[in-house]
Amino acid sequence: MALETEKNKNLNYSDMSEQVETDLEQNFRVISPGRMVAKRFFKSKLSIVGLIMIIFVFLFSFVGPLIIDATWGYKETQVFRIERNSDMVSSAQFNGPDGKQYTYYDKSQTLVLFKAPPSADHWLGTDTSGFDILTRLMYGGRISLTISFIVIFLETFIGIVLGGLAGYFGKWVDQVIMRIVDIFACLPGLPILLILSATISSIEGIPTEHRIYYLMAFLTLMGWTGVARIVRGQILMLREQEYMMAAETTGIKVINRIFRHLIPNTMPQLIVSATLGLGGVILYESTLSYLGLGVPFPRAAWGSMIALADPSKGQEILANYPNMWVPAGVLIVITVLGFSFIGDGLRDAFDPRMKR
Amino acid sequence: MWKYLLKRIALALLILFGVSALIYLLSMLMPADYIDNQTAAAVQSGAMTLEDVQHLKKLYGLADKSFGGIVNSYLTWLKSTLSGDLGFSFLYGKPVTKVLSEYIWISFIVAFISYILEIMIGIPMGIKASVNQYSAYDYTVSVFAMMGTALPSFFLAALLMNVFAIKLGVLPLQGLTTATKLFSPDAHFQIFLDKAWHLVMPITVLTLLGVGGIMKFTRTNMLEVLNSDYIRTARAKGLSERTVIYKHAFRNTMIPLVTTLSGMLPGLFGGAMITETVFAIPGIGYMALRATQQGDIPFIMGYNMFLSILTVLGMLISDIMYMVVDPRVKLS
Repeated sequence: MALETEKNKNLNYSDMSEQVETDLEQNFRVISPGRMVAKRFFKSKLSIVGLIMIIFVFLFSFVGPLIIDATWGYKETQVFRIERNSDMVSSAQFNGPDGKQYTYYDKSQTLVLFKAPPSADHWLGTDTSGFDILTRLMYGGRISLTISFIVIFLETFIGIVLGGLAGYFGKWVDQVIMRIVDIFACLPGLPILLILSATISSIEGIPTEHRIYYLMAFLTLMGWTGVARIVRGQILMLREQEYMMAAETTGIKVINRIFRHLIPNTMPQLIVSATLGLGGVILYESTLSYLGLGVPFPRAAWGSMIALADPSKGQEILANYPNMWVPAGVLIVITVLGFSFIGDGLRDAFDPRMKR
Repeated sequence: MWKYLLKRIALALLILFGVSALIYLLSMLMPADYIDNQTAAAVQSGAMTLEDVQHLKKLYGLADKSFGGIVNSYLTWLKSTLSGDLGFSFLYGKPVTKVLSEYIWISFIVAFISYILEIMIGIPMGIKASVNQYSAYDYTVSVFAMMGTALPSFFLAALLMNVFAIKLGVLPLQGLTTATKLFSPDAHFQIFLDKAWHLVMPITVLTLLGVGGIMKFTRTNMLEVLNSDYIRTARAKGLSERTVIYKHAFRNTMIPLVTTLSGMLPGLFGGAMITETVFAIPGIGYMALRATQQGDIPFIMGYNMFLSILTVLGMLISDIMYMVVDPRVKLS
């Protein structure tokens, strides 16, 4: 009996240890770096908020117009003439012959077709040209988001190529490229963009629809230097590491060494700077639209919608029609803020030193 | 150190040369130049012939738009610029240097006051946020700071105008002086008050836009310092939290802060184009925007070169300050 129990115990014991091992395997999975980043990213509340904001803006500006077009069948430049009477009351005072003071009222009515207040048909009303504001907000968002993504993509591409070459080859290649970077980084951004856009808008050979492409090119031209500097700095550091020596001794081609072994390691930094850069491009684009140098008129842009409130063109809209300009500004803030929340979240997630 | 400085200055001059050539080329490419803008009406009505326009262009040095012509006029411009003469502004009818020196001060005052306010608000908030990392205070301040950087200046300006100038009517809408009020020329104090009153909103806009950057910068650098070993040592030896934060941590955060903030100083002279324009404040940014829209090439060149010099100067200053503030740094 005693022996048997002993045996049982032993059996039990070995069973237990097996179980512990399987428990260990279940509890300690190997997580890929990508999933670790994602886990850290979703741990931060702000990055989730940012993600929600960006998803909202995307749905609003890319799905919204489709819904409007499918249900009511109009686009951004559909003019609505909504009649309403606008009362104008002016008063004046005068002293009557009986010595009393009289007040004189003059009431006039005008028929207004545009600038309709918010209603069930037009949630945010119509603007000075009779366009539906909500629809224009959606199309404006399309423009802003498309421009910002294309510009950031081009900037990153140019920056990677030039920064990669400068960092890898060093010497005179580095000298030449970095001096060009210095010159471009020193150009005053907004004034130069103004000059360029003014140039484009006054050349008659360029159709107005194409102005937006030039605009993107200019924004890229002013912004690629930051990426080039990041890539170069990272590569200068990385190329001294042992794995690069291994790559060299195995005889991998230079191009592959740069673009397959070095550049992927600079990606975390690039993704962060690109995300943060998206907001910056949107701000530049809306500033240009505000000054009337961005997307040309019948097409909508957030900046030009806020420009309606410019007090030097009269205070009427600024004072009485907040529905025309406030939503556009709010959308700009949401988008830029969303991108910076995501960018910050990504930076913290990529940084292995960050622990919470 | 002097060798390093000389090298940096030589590099700066090279950069400025490149920048000037680029800007000149760009502004000469502007097809709607000043003469075209000014004479369009006269040509339309028949008061001027196209030959007159061409003659005028020649007088202004705008006639030859071929590459050789641009190079020639650039060299002329460079020669006179190096002797300190930036040319004559078409639009303002005065030497460019005079326009710059006349309108720069109002821009500087606005920018400088908001710079001081940004520092006074941003740094303490950044410190407090970093000390209470991930607290409610930290989140609120960070979100507000980021909101400031996400706001377009013209939108913030419009919002403030709507509330304070129109709804409440406590602040003036635009301009630098009240047009309807007449002051006797010796009522300096009243004129000063009137101007200060007009500058409240522009300064608020610039401060709100800039304070977020400084706050975030302080917070990030403070966090880096607070995580270092000597802070743990300082706490372990039983120093009060106050001493640890303000004497041990903040003093080290000062290094990046001072370098960055001093590098921002020259930029304060550059003017805030959009904010000045929205509030119709006759500062250098407002004048430059008008000049750019009208194709006033001498002024555009002068202003942009001025801005580039400020940028280069800012980089130089922050390099020098880096050496001055941090004794560990030896540049060569």
